[in-house]
Amino acid sequence: MKRSVLALSLLLALAVPLSLLAGRVWLDPWATPNAAVILGELRLPRALLAVIVGGGLGAAGAAMQGYLRNPLADPGLFGIAPGAALGAVISLLFGPTIGFWAASAWLLPLFALAGAAGAMLLLALIAGRAGGIALFTLAGMMIASLAGALTSLAISLAPNAFATSEIVVWLLGALTDRGWPDVWLAAPPTLLGITVLRLAGRDLDALTLGEAAARSLGVSPGRLQALLIAGVGLTVGSGVAVAGVIGFVGLMVPHLVRPWTDKRPSSLIVPSALAGALLVLVADCVCRILPLVTELRLGIALSLIGAPFFLHLLLKMRREGTP
Amino acid sequence: MSGKQPGLEAMELFLAGRLLGVSAALRPGEVTVICGPNGAGKSTLLQCLAGLLMPDGGAVTLDEVPIASLHPRERARAIGYLSQEGEIAWDLSVRNLVALGRLPYGDGGDAQVAAALAALDLETFSSRPVSTLSGGEKARALLARVLAGEPRWILADEPLAALDLGHQLALVGHLRRAALSGAGVVLVLHDLALAMNHADRVLVLDKGRLAADGAPGAALDPALIERVWGVPARWLGEPGARALAVAGR
Repeated sequence: MKRSVLALSLLLALAVPLSLLAGRVWLDPWATPNAAVILGELRLPRALLAVIVGGGLGAAGAAMQGYLRNPLADPGLFGIAPGAALGAVISLLFGPTIGFWAASAWLLPLFALAGAAGAMLLLALIAGRAGGIALFTLAGMMIASLAGALTSLAISLAPNAFATSEIVVWLLGALTDRGWPDVWLAAPPTLLGITVLRLAGRDLDALTLGEAAARSLGVSPGRLQALLIAGVGLTVGSGVAVAGVIGFVGLMVPHLVRPWTDKRPSSLIVPSALAGALLVLVADCVCRILPLVTELRLGIALSLIGAPFFLHLLLKMRREGTP
Repeated sequence: MSGKQPGLEAMELFLAGRLLGVSAALRPGEVTVICGPNGAGKSTLLQCLAGLLMPDGGAVTLDEVPIASLHPRERARAIGYLSQEGEIAWDLSVRNLVALGRLPYGDGGDAQVAAALAALDLETFSSRPVSTLSGGEKARALLARVLAGEPRWILADEPLAALDLGHQLALVGHLRRAALSGAGVVLVLHDLALAMNHADRVLVLDKGRLAADGAPGAALDPALIERVWGVPARWLGEPGARALAVAGR
């Protein structure tokens, strides 16, 4: 096993149990009343969700940066996260009108997954078989802006202020009040997605030499694109389904991890998944611990860290004169 | 093996506005240079020969098998292609860069990578990040990447453009050695003197058509250069060390 993978696995193995103790109420497993319930039903699923969501976003970010050969690429560029968010918002808007289903905890995540699948399908249809990267990126941006506009439309159609605020708060992204059903919903697609992205690793390595050289090495652009759509769709789609929109993880994590790898895109996917899991887990703990009146939303917290980080990257690139 | 004539052959290649019926049968063991003014279709022809661009009409065959019918990996094992951009997106080590040439085989190919590094005198560089290489070293590393795949054909688009005189000659020497060991080498070059002195055969393209095809002395004769490039010129010096004198007004 590679050093970076080993070190990050150890850190994660340490952070998960610690995170179970952290919260508005610090937990002493032997003294706190109902410790077993708090741990088993609240904090453990929440910690696992943080690991799953962060892992998926980290791996998707690493694969995206490899595919676009750009260290500033983010999984959000593909329009899959906005698509999933649109699905979730639709369920929040129309859920109450379909009676029985509204009570189901599965409704929102399933709608979000359907939204992600819709975005993936649209992406595949537009990009077609040719597999050009520029066309693909533009298609993703178009889908992102379309989904964003439809989400805004849905918000404006909300019947009352309560519904509006419910949607807006959900969009901010959080892991509050999540339970085991969310874990079971998100874990399989995320693991499958990371596996698919790993399958794309060799092709991403070949892309280091540019599109033409990669094809000359036997890379089939259409196959690579299909793997990426599936991998990013599964990881990001299921992440949004259970946690809302959480930005910047997919951008930051591969950056932080890259110096510790041999820089090959394929070497970056698993360490980025581990580091993404660690980042979201720690950020979620910080959200819980901060003494604010209402808990800071995870999506906001990560954007507050992420935006200055992005600025730092841009300034560094400007200094070094790279585009 | 099967008695088929080995070779890479373009037959009546047609690609709207870029190639207007180009045919040429290339032989292994030779250095073939494709010349022509900007926009003549040189890179297009090379990409068709590499199987990266599908012509609208005509076909490319490798050992008499249509290249379009080959599995991409099979094609990649036979034909190594060096693109004009020489892009290296990530700061890999030289060894990992060269090892990319083994991707069509799906193995690490340690022996072949080591041999390719040795062939281009890169052994002492193998663990250096590519960002620390000079232009000449980078060009060698990219060629080593192609050699690591042990292709029967090496197709390179302007491999010498960014190099100084000494490095140009060194790289031409490496390509000549590959041809001597049996590979077919096809280069797109702008520098007619390099083509004159180092090619076994020159194809001159003009507006998508083949204007000349033959030994460099015949293909690059001054009358043809004036007709195709629109520049009056004559050759100076001895065979093997010729220079092109472009007449001023």
